[in-house]
Amino acid sequence: MDISLISLEVGVALIGIIILLTDLWTPAENKARLGWIAIGGLITVFCYNFSTFDQATAGINGYSKDGLAVYFQGFFVMAAILVILLTMSYASRVSSGISELYALICFALVGMCFAAGASNFIMLFVAVELITTSFYVLTSFERHRLRSLEAGIKYLIMGATSSAIMVFGIALIYGTTGTLDFNEVSRSLLTPAGLSMQLLLHLGALMVLGGLIFKLGAIPFQLWVPDVYQGAPIPVTAFLSSGSKAAGIVLIFRTLAEACPSLLDQEWLPKLLSITAGITILYGSLCALRQRNLKRLLGYSSIASAGYILLGIVCLDNIGSQAVLFYLSGYLFGILAAFTIISVVSEESGDEDISILANLHQRSPFMATILTLAIASLAGIPPLAGFLGKFALLRSAFGKLNDQHSSMPWLIGIAMLGIVISLYYYFKIIREIYWGPGLYWKEKKPSAEPLCCPRAAEIALLICLFALIGLGLYPEPILSLAGEATNNLFSSRP
Amino acid sequence: MMAVLLALVPRENRSIFRFGSIVATLGSLLLAIYVFDKFDDRLDEARGEVTFIEAAPLETQYGYVFTQRSNWIESLGVSFHVGVDGIGVVMVLMAALVSFAAACCAREIQTREKEFYILLLLMSGGILGAFMSIDLFLMYFLHELALIPTFIMIGVWGRGKDKGFAAYKITIYLSIGALLTLAGLIMVYLQFNTFSLVEILHATTFEDAIDHSLQHFIFGLLFLGLGILVGLWPFHTWAPLGYGAAPTATAMMHAGVIKKFGLFMLIKFALPVLHEGAQIWLPILACLCLGNILYCGLVAMRQKNLNLIIGNSSVAHMGFVFLGIASATLIGLTGAVMVMVAHGLLAGLAFGLSGYLHHQTRTLDMDKVQGLLTGMPFWGTLMIMALMAGCGLPGFANFAGEITVFFGAWKSYPIITGIAVWSALVIGAVYMLRTIRTLLHGIKGHDTPETEDIAKWQRLPYALLITVLLLFGFYPRLIADKINQSEATFKQAASAQSEKSR
Repeated sequence: MDISLISLEVGVALIGIIILLTDLWTPAENKARLGWIAIGGLITVFCYNFSTFDQATAGINGYSKDGLAVYFQGFFVMAAILVILLTMSYASRVSSGISELYALICFALVGMCFAAGASNFIMLFVAVELITTSFYVLTSFERHRLRSLEAGIKYLIMGATSSAIMVFGIALIYGTTGTLDFNEVSRSLLTPAGLSMQLLLHLGALMVLGGLIFKLGAIPFQLWVPDVYQGAPIPVTAFLSSGSKAAGIVLIFRTLAEACPSLLDQEWLPKLLSITAGITILYGSLCALRQRNLKRLLGYSSIASAGYILLGIVCLDNIGSQAVLFYLSGYLFGILAAFTIISVVSEESGDEDISILANLHQRSPFMATILTLAIASLAGIPPLAGFLGKFALLRSAFGKLNDQHSSMPWLIGIAMLGIVISLYYYFKIIREIYWGPGLYWKEKKPSAEPLCCPRAAEIALLICLFALIGLGLYPEPILSLAGEATNNLFSSRP
Repeated sequence: MMAVLLALVPRENRSIFRFGSIVATLGSLLLAIYVFDKFDDRLDEARGEVTFIEAAPLETQYGYVFTQRSNWIESLGVSFHVGVDGIGVVMVLMAALVSFAAACCAREIQTREKEFYILLLLMSGGILGAFMSIDLFLMYFLHELALIPTFIMIGVWGRGKDKGFAAYKITIYLSIGALLTLAGLIMVYLQFNTFSLVEILHATTFEDAIDHSLQHFIFGLLFLGLGILVGLWPFHTWAPLGYGAAPTATAMMHAGVIKKFGLFMLIKFALPVLHEGAQIWLPILACLCLGNILYCGLVAMRQKNLNLIIGNSSVAHMGFVFLGIASATLIGLTGAVMVMVAHGLLAGLAFGLSGYLHHQTRTLDMDKVQGLLTGMPFWGTLMIMALMAGCGLPGFANFAGEITVFFGAWKSYPIITGIAVWSALVIGAVYMLRTIRTLLHGIKGHDTPETEDIAKWQRLPYALLITVLLLFGFYPRLIADKINQSEATFKQAASAQSEKSR
C-alpha cells in the first residue's frame, strides 16, 4: 500500500493530534494561538500534497485520487483554514478547550478528504461517519448553552437516522452485488444475474443517496438545518454549511457516476431529483423570508442553495457538475465571509437578531463592505463569484431543456423564482447594514461605537474578499480546474 | 475604450470625491465626444481597407469600430469584446453627457459622499461599458452592475417615507426582468455556443438558423424581460415610484440612461437575431405601447408631485420607442434610437431640475410649490423648455425622433400611430402645460418656501444638456447619420416586418 497517496489525510490527522498534545504544555492564555499552528500545518501539508499529485496515480483499494478528489480536497482545506481563522477570533467566547475545537475541525477535515476520494462503499461510510461524529461534538461544543446542546441532540438523532438509512442501502448493494467497490458494483450489473437484481440495487443506491442528501441539507432531510445552524457555535455552523455540504456533494457524484451508472438511465431519476431540487429551493427561499435570526436566515438560504446545487446535479452531465463545483467555490467564500462578520458583530451583544447589523457601515466600514459583497455574491449579483456560479448552473440546466427530462422547464422556472425571492431576504441584510432601524423592540438607537475586527477574522475576510471579486472577474482558472476535475465523471454514460 | 472603464475607480477622500467623480465623468465625456467625432473616419478607414464587404471582419460588416478583444472566460465562450457601432456611439455620448450632469447635480448628497460617488461611478461605468460591449454576456454583466447600486442609493439617500418599499419594488421588478433576459440569452447562446453578438448576427442571416417555434419562445422571454427593464405597460409601476424616491443623480442616471438598455438590447440583439420569432410579438408590442402612451399620459395628468409627473411622462415616452421598434422598419428604428437619445437627455435634465427644486424646498408637491418663475428665472426657463420638449415641441431632439417614429410606424400600424400622435399632442400638452401653469406661473401661496435660482457655475450641466437637446433638434442628421451606419443590424431587424407583409 502506497502511503504517500493518503499523505494529506495522514498529515491532517497528525496536525490534529499535535495540537491536542501541545495543548498540554501551552499556558491557557496562549491556547487560542494554536490555531496558527493548525493553519501553517494545513498549508504545508496541502502544498506538499499538491506538488506530488500526479494524475496517473490511480489509487489504492477503496481510495482514488483523481482530479475530482484533489479539487474537493483543496476546497475542504481552504474551508478549514478559513474556519480556523474564524475560530481564533471566536476563541474568547469558548469557555473550555479551544484546542479541542481545532483538533476536531482537523478530524472532520480528514473525513472530508477521505470522502473526496472514496471509491468504495465502506470508505464512503467511514468518511461520512468521521465527519458526522466530529460534528456531533462540535455542534454541542458550548455545553453551557442550552441551544447548543439542543442542536447537538438534534443533529445526533437526525444524523444517526440518516446513517442508518445509508447503511441499510449499502447492505442492499452488498447483498445484490457481493462487492462494495464502486467499479465492481457498476460492472456487476452487466451480467444477466445482476440485471435481475437491478431493482434492489437501485433501492440501495437511493437509500445511500438519501443519507448523503442529509449532509446536503435538502428536502426531505432538511429539518435539522435551521435549528442546528442556529444552535451550533458560529465556526461550526460555517464549517457545516461549507465543508460538510460539499462532502455530501462529492459523494453524490461518486455514487451516481461511478457506482451506479445504470441509475442514470432510469427515467425516474432526473424527475425525482428535480422534484427534490424544486421543493428545496422553494422551501428554503420561502422560509427565509420572515427570519430575523441571522444564523437561521443563512440556514434557510443554505437549504435554498442546496437546491441550486441539485439543479446542477439533475443535469447528470459534465457541464452540470462543473457548474456545481464552481458554484460551491463561490458559495464557500460568500457564506464564510458572512458567518465571520456575524460572529464578530454578535460577540458584543450575544444576540443574533438581524438588527445587530444596524449602523455597521459606520461602526466598521470594512466589515460592512465585505458583508455587502458577500451577501450580494450569495444573491448572485455581478461582478461577484456567486453570479457566475448561478449563471453556470442555469446554463447547464438550459442545455438540458430539449432533452426528454420533461420536468426541466418547471425546475428552471422555480429556480428563477427562488433567485428573485432570495433577493428579498438577502437585501434585507444589506438594508439593515445601511439604513436599518436597529433594535426595533427596545426603542433604542443602534449603537454607533466603532467595532474593531480581530486580526484573524480580518485575514479571513481579506481572503474572502479577494476570492469573491477574483472569482467573479476572472473565473477562468477555477472553472477550468473544475472542468478538468469533472471531465471524465459522466463519460461512461452512453 | 478600456480607459473609459478603468478611469472610473477612484479611492480618495471626502470632498475630493465630488471633484474626482466630476473629473472622471468629464473625462469619459470628452472621450465619448472624441469617439463620436472620429467614428465616421474610422469606419471609412476600416471599410476602405477591404474590397468586398463580405470579406471584412464581422465587426466591420456590422459597423463596429474602436474594437478591442481579449479572452475572458474561455470555458463559457465569453470574451471581453468592446467596440461601438452607430447606435452604440450615440448612446455612449448620451450616457456620458448624463453621467457628467448627474455627477454635477449630486450636490444634495451631504452624507457618506464617498459611497455615493463610488456607486454613481460604478453605475455610469457599467452602463457605458454595456453600450460598448459586443459580447452579449459582457453586456448583460455590465448592465447588472449598473443596476444594483440603485437599491442602495434609493435606500440610503432616497427621500420620502416609503423609500424602502420603492427600493425593494424597483430591485425586484428589474431583477425579474434581468433574469428573464438572461434566460433568453442563455437559450440563444446554446444555439450558437458563442456570446459574440456579431457572430450570432452573422449566423442568423441565413434562414432558419433557429427553429421557428423556439424563436417565438425566446423572443417572448426577451420581450417580457426587456419590457420590464424599460417599463413597458403594464410592468411600469416601478418606474414613477422609484424615481420619486431616488436621489437626483440616481433618478437622472436611471431614467435617462440605464432604462434605455432594455431598448438598446431589443434593437441590437433581440430583433435582428430573432427576426422570425418577433413576428407574432410585434403587434402585441404595438398594442402595449399604446398602454404606455395613453395610460401613463393620463396618469401623469392627475399627479400632484412633480417627480411623479416626470416619471410617468418618461414611461409614456418609452411608448414611442416601443412603437418605433414594433414598426421594425429602417425609419422607425432610426427614430426609436433618436427618441432614446433625446429622452435620455431630457429625462436627465428634467430630473436634475426637479432635484434642484427639491434640494431648495424639500417638497415637490405642486400644491405647495407654485409660481416659481419670478423667483428663479433661469431654473424656470429651463423647466419650461424641458416640459415643452417633453410634449414634442419642434426644435427639440424629441420632436425629430418622434416624427421619425411616426413616419416609420404609419405604414404598419396606421390606427395605433394615429392614436399615438393624438395622445402625444393632446395628453402630453395637457399635463405639461398644466404643470407649467401651476408650478411656474401659478400664484405664489404664502406657504411657498423661499427659493434661490441656480448659482452661476452650477448652471453648466443643465445648460449643457439643453444645448445638446437643441443641437440635435435643429440638426438631427448629426445623430441620424451615425445611427444609419448600423444599417446592417437594422436591415436584419427590418426583415421581421418584410417577412410578415410577404
